[in-house]
Amino acid sequence: MSDPPTAGTHDVLLVGGGAAGLRAAIAVAESRPDLDVAVVSKVYPMRSHTVSAEGGAAGVIAEGDTVEEHIHDTVSGSDWLGDQDAIEAFVHEAPRELLRLEHWGCPWSRRPDGHVAVRAFGGMRKKRTWFAADKTGFHMLHALFQTSLKFGGVRRYDEWFVTRLLVDDGRVQGVVAVELRSGRVEAIAAKAVILATGGCGKVFPFTTNANINTGDGMALAYRAGAPLKDMEFVQYHPTGLPFTGILITEATRAEGAWLLNKDGYRYLQDYDLGRPTPTPELRSMELGPRDRLSQAFVHEQGKGRTVDSPWGDVVHLDLRHLGAKLIDTKLPFVRELCLKYERIDPVTDLIPVRPVVHYMMGGVSTDGDGATPLAGLFAAGETACVSINGANRLGSNSLPECLVFGARAGAAAAEYAGSAAPPTATIAAQLADEVRRLERVLGQAPRDDSVASIRTEMQETMEEAAGIYRTGEALTKGLAHLGELQDRLPRVGVRDTSRTWNTELIGALEAANMLDIAECMLASALQREESRGAHQRTDFPARDDERFLVHQLNRRDADGTPRVDRVPVTITRWPPGERVYGR
Amino acid sequence: MDERITLRVTRYRPDKDREPSWQDYDVPLRQEWTVLDALNHVKSDIDTTLAFRWSCRMGICGSCGMNVEGEPRLACAAFLSDYAPGPVRVEPLGNFPVARDLVVDIEDFMAKLPRVKPWIIRDEERPIDDGEYLQTPEELDAYQQFSMCINCMLCYAACPVYGLDPDFVGPAAIALAERYDLDSRDQGARERLDVLIEHEGVYGCTFVGECTRVCPKHVDPAGAIQRYKLKAAQESVKAFLLPRGLRPKARRP
Repeated sequence: MSDPPTAGTHDVLLVGGGAAGLRAAIAVAESRPDLDVAVVSKVYPMRSHTVSAEGGAAGVIAEGDTVEEHIHDTVSGSDWLGDQDAIEAFVHEAPRELLRLEHWGCPWSRRPDGHVAVRAFGGMRKKRTWFAADKTGFHMLHALFQTSLKFGGVRRYDEWFVTRLLVDDGRVQGVVAVELRSGRVEAIAAKAVILATGGCGKVFPFTTNANINTGDGMALAYRAGAPLKDMEFVQYHPTGLPFTGILITEATRAEGAWLLNKDGYRYLQDYDLGRPTPTPELRSMELGPRDRLSQAFVHEQGKGRTVDSPWGDVVHLDLRHLGAKLIDTKLPFVRELCLKYERIDPVTDLIPVRPVVHYMMGGVSTDGDGATPLAGLFAAGETACVSINGANRLGSNSLPECLVFGARAGAAAAEYAGSAAPPTATIAAQLADEVRRLERVLGQAPRDDSVASIRTEMQETMEEAAGIYRTGEALTKGLAHLGELQDRLPRVGVRDTSRTWNTELIGALEAANMLDIAECMLASALQREESRGAHQRTDFPARDDERFLVHQLNRRDADGTPRVDRVPVTITRWPPGERVYGR
Repeated sequence: MDERITLRVTRYRPDKDREPSWQDYDVPLRQEWTVLDALNHVKSDIDTTLAFRWSCRMGICGSCGMNVEGEPRLACAAFLSDYAPGPVRVEPLGNFPVARDLVVDIEDFMAKLPRVKPWIIRDEERPIDDGEYLQTPEELDAYQQFSMCINCMLCYAACPVYGLDPDFVGPAAIALAERYDLDSRDQGARERLDVLIEHEGVYGCTFVGECTRVCPKHVDPAGAIQRYKLKAAQESVKAFLLPRGLRPKARRP
């Protein structure tokens, strides 16, 4: 038998071309021009979900701000579950990374004197969020992508879907991927692989996340034996548009928008978040952290003080007092989205909003250099869990996280690849196995079941079991249901037998990824018998530092189910304390 | 009562079909649904084999460009109710080879993009430790609209010149070149002009203005092309008037 095809052989391979992936690729290309670096992505890089980030990116630059305060905000925002050594490194490096983006052309909004402007953000005690109006992620991504073009040596595999990691001799040696246009299944060999595939919001029915956010990198790592960390922590953003789940940025509230219940009352004042003031106060009311605001919604709902809508209960986000000029200058995308998708104008109308799944705090467990315990495997961005976000991420920390840890992972992977051995011959056999596996899926006759219905059932199960408030009972039931879906999925065939652009096949593979991730989320949530940050158990309503000031790791057992282990949180200078907002 | 509408969609599978054909799908006509929602309904519940690109569903990733009733649109921004009572014709973007169904091949654009050098070019890089380049809000305004391009390819689909001459660099790439030229931090205008005054650069454009009309992000590529033609004309006047040694050097890409 001849060797199966290898599309290419590289020193460092990025899986994913969003902010973290492109930052890592540029880091390799800049620091080690002697190394061969490539990016494989299931979409063209400029389509990556970074593009949808709106509000901004935190980095200490303003006069009167200090790294010490950004660290403390992030530690307390994480409900003390973030690793403090990682948070310190992150906060120290974020401003330089944002400046680098400035040098690469990112059109940051400016003060009249030409310096970069900063705005307030939830849970932050100082104004430190850099922004490009309310399209920050879009501008960052395009600046990174266009800058990456300058490095002609960065090889790209655009619209290739990675189906597995190649692991032999205890180390990662590349990936197997499907080229969408041809349907070819090929190996891409690499000494080091960095996973930067973003989050997994599509595990839930109602999310701000794009269609592509299916947790692919997390599933690849998990199946290859690398642990996932903190998977029980899912962030609900308090302000999504009903029906679509489109994000209305926290920057609205930073600029002074109010959250109102059906009586026009700023209800956050009833939830230990401070007193209402006409202009926004930092770390208070509408500028509280996302976990607390989303929880307050559920309580309002329980009191019958939310507003009925065809798409479930909502509250109102009020921008009317901000005026058209401010909205058009600083929040133009919000106005555009409301006009288009809600047919309302925030200059004159209230915006209906409800909490929506937005961000995954957990992910592939890495150290501060993006390295996983599996040799040759690295991860960065939302895919990864370093962890700096702990039990609740602060708004505007995720974009700089992509930059800081993308750059670090790129540097670390380059150093590793510089001295790693070339791929072993056995990866050819693994590729042949994978080709056979995919052929089986394609050749299988479809049954009276479908990937779409399994996906929908999974999403409903997750909302039921792992929403803003959780119970042991619902989690147990949810896990059982996911187990049934795991049994059903492999038996569902793919009707489409075409090789070209077989999106039905990709959808089936993504569903398999999401099911594995969903199981990890529920298994971890069941084990964590306490309430902390975004993980709220009504059967265990208090934070329990005695038992649970720990990260939980998910490893895949031989039978395919997740096993949960615990490792300590790194506490350096900030001992656990009470989270105080608005007082 | 559930109102319905017919989607009339182009099907083409290169490994099966000799030529494209129409397929009709009967879908609910819902006020809040876009053409993309309708296509996703088809994909989940009616025909799993229909192929199309999509991701953000909020008009920012640029994936879901297609022709809706003959007009290049983002499927996520075209509301079904605007086409009632239907049928709604949904076709792949024009001027591109069709890969399959509604998916077109945009590799030509991806190859052209780096040629216009869409990145900051400096004679001398400022060290990061020296802080940011100052840029006033007015200086930001000068290039901001050209920075809004989402690479959705609607302008290429609408451009009659690109349809006739695939060597034409095309609206989005030229708008991006102009975006960097107008950025106060950039010093690369000369290099980009050298690329664009090649015959297939800007000269193909006959100012039809379709690119600007169809842009979902209100970028004005036609304006960018016009400015380049002016710059190119000024260059040729300089070349005519100045002794050879003083002429700006035109480098080949």
